[in-house]
Order: sequence, then structure tokens, then C-alpha cells
Amino acid sequence: MDFKDIIRPENKVYARPRLLTENITHYCPGCSHGVVHRIVAELLDEMGLEDRTIGIAPVGCAVFAYNYIDVDWIEAAHGRAPALATAASRLNPDCLVFTYQGDGDLAAIGTAETIHACNRGENIVIIFINNAIYGMTGGQMAPTTLLGMKTATTPYGRRVDLNGYPLAISPILASLDGTCYVTRQAVHTPGAVRKAKVAIRKAFTNALEKRGTSVVEIVSTCNSGWKLSPADSNKWMEKHMFEKYPLGDLKNV
Amino acid sequence: MPKVQGAVTVDEARCKGCDLCVVACPADVLMLQPKEVNDRGYHFAFAARPEACIGCAACATVCPDACIEVYRVVLK
Ligand SMILES: Cc1ncc(C[n+]2csc(CCOP(=O)(O)OP(=O)(O)O)c2C)c(N)n1
Ligand code: SF4
Ligand code: SF4
Ligand code: SF4
Repeated sequence: MDFKDIIRPENKVYARPRLLTENITHYCPGCSHGVVHRIVAELLDEMGLEDRTIGIAPVGCAVFAYNYIDVDWIEAAHGRAPALATAASRLNPDCLVFTYQGDGDLAAIGTAETIHACNRGENIVIIFINNAIYGMTGGQMAPTTLLGMKTATTPYGRRVDLNGYPLAISPILASLDGTCYVTRQAVHTPGAVRKAKVAIRKAFTNALEKRGTSVVEIVSTCNSGWKLSPADSNKWMEKHMFEKYPLGDLKNV
Repeated sequence: MPKVQGAVTVDEARCKGCDLCVVACPADVLMLQPKEVNDRGYHFAFAARPEACIGCAACATVCPDACIEVYRVVLK
């Protein structure tokens, strides 16, 4: 059978998600943000949440998330997404409210908002893109930057004596009574993407069922900041990031 | 035994030539255009060996820009 004859609507098994807008994203080629946007858009459609979802966009490379996923959004000041999400979910208890935040946003300037929203057990989902760097501002060190990792502000590699230790924040969030689900996923292979999607589905369900705060950390790449190709970034992530940030559930009650 | 045959389309204008689909494809179907570029200057992906496609959607699953759509038929 000629492949041209296969390309018919009745044979379609994977389509571009309906809730992704037609805008071409501003993300660098191969950036993990795009993959996570895609699975969030797929899930909101599959779960029928199009008309009752409020996303909270961060400051960081995902600042324009609202241009790409066609639901309602609020743009938060840097790090304040969980505070806005708290208000949005309390005022709209029938809505799914989720934040989408980078590691600089969530684990540096927004640490207080993150911890207190999780400790209060707000019925929200926090999607946490941990690429171990400040992508948007040009690749500076983040709290999550690995020891020895070169960034614009640690050109010889992160040093304990000068820069302190990398911060694994998800275990801290898992230790708080308000969180019901804390998991670490990745999106570097088809299998990992499928698992990450299952995890985000579970998190969305928890929020709708008012079970407390769910945190889905996606260990991610920033190939521009890391100065590697997208494929090599995935390999580097497997080799180095997963040691400090191992994948799997940290809490599931 | 029924044989599965697949086919993919790539949104060439949207593709950023990141190569992740090429790496993910288990059947070595995809390639980046060696010379040609799209309007935004990217060497976009295309099915260089379309007859080898098994319609597994691995490529579409890893594509950060949702450029790939996948089709599949079961041949009797
Ligand atoms: C109050 C304030 N301080 C600092 C900045 C500068 N700034 C913009 S994005 C960013 C960090 C982004 O890193 P991350 O959250 O890890 O997201 P990424 O870009 O890597 O996805 C910083 C410090 C800002 N916009 N506002
Ligand atoms: S700078 Fe990094 S995080 Fe930002 S879009 Fe580029 S690859 Fe993605
Ligand atoms: S559907 Fe599977 S076999 Fe076909 S191009 Fe994509 S990854 Fe390759
Ligand atoms: S993964 Fe998507 S954006 Fe990257 S080369 Fe393939 S089709 Fe293009």
C-alpha cells in the first residue's frame, strides 16, 4: 500500500492537540517546555476541562504559555503563581487550577509561595519544569543547578564553597502535610512522555477531587542554556540530572 | 499475520529541525532536510523512508512543536 493512501482521516492515530493554538512557540528547537505544553493540552481536552481550567503562567521561558494552550490564564509576577492559584481556585471551586513554573520561578524567588501553598494543601496542581538553569535570562545558575555544571554565572562550574548545594525541592514539598501527590517525571523518550502524561492526569484528578496539592516535577532540558544539541541534552540529563533528581513518585496518598 | 503500515505528515512550516523525532523513530524513517530550509530557516524533518513507517507515533510523542500527525492501517 502506498503511504500516500494511508494518509486519510479514518486512519489517523495521532493528531495535533485541538487545544494547542496555531501560534508557533517562541521556545528554542527541542525545548522540553513544548512537549509538556502538548501533553497538558491533550489532557485538558481528553478530560473535558476546556471551559473550566485556569492556568497560571510564570515568569521564565514559559511566560507566554497563555498564547499556546487555549484555556483561561492569569500571568503571575515572578514566583507568585501558587499565590494566584490559591485565589483562583478558592474563588472558582469548580475549576481546575494549575501553575506552570520553572525552577528559578518556583525554587528561588517563589520558594515561599510554593511552600506555603503546598503546606496549606491548596487544591491546585503545580507543574514544575526543572531544567537546572535560568533559561529566559540567558542561562544563569539556578538553585537546582548541579555541582560542577557550567552556567553563565558559574563559568567554571558550580562550586559548593561559592554557590552552595543544588536544591531538590520536591522532597521538601512531599514532606508537607498539604501535598497529596509529588512525583518526578521527564519527557525525553516516548515512554517517559506517556508516564508524565499519566502523572499529570492523576494530579489534575486530585485537584478536581479536592485532595490537596499535587506537584509534578518534570526534569527537563534547556539545550540553549546547556549549550548542547537537543538530543545530546537528553543524554546529558539522563547521565547527570537523574542522579540528583531521580524519577518516580515521592508521595502518593 | 496482519502487518501494520504507518505514515506521518510533518508540518514543515512549524518544524524547528530539533532532530528529536529522528532520534526517537525506531524504524529509521525520518531525516532532517540536508539542504532545504523552511521560512524560519530550519532544516525541517521529513519521511526519508516512508515505506518503513510502522505508525507507532514515537516521533509525534516527543515532538516539542506538535508538528507530526500519524496514520496507521492494518494490512490483512
Ligand atoms: C521580580 C523579577 N526578578 C527577576 C526577573 C528576571 N527573571 C526573568 S525569568 C527568570 C528566571 C527564569 O528561570 P526559570 O524559572 O528556571 O525558567 P526557565 O526560563 O528556565 O524556563 C528571572 C530571574 C524578573 N522577571 N522579575
Ligand atoms: S532558553 Fe532553554 S528553557 Fe528557554 S526556550 Fe530555550 S531551551 Fe527552552
Ligand atoms: S510513526 Fe513510528 S515508525 Fe513512523 S516515523 Fe514516527 S516514529 Fe518512525
Ligand atoms: S521533533 Fe518536531 S520540531 Fe523537532 S525535528 Fe521533528 S518534527 Fe521538527
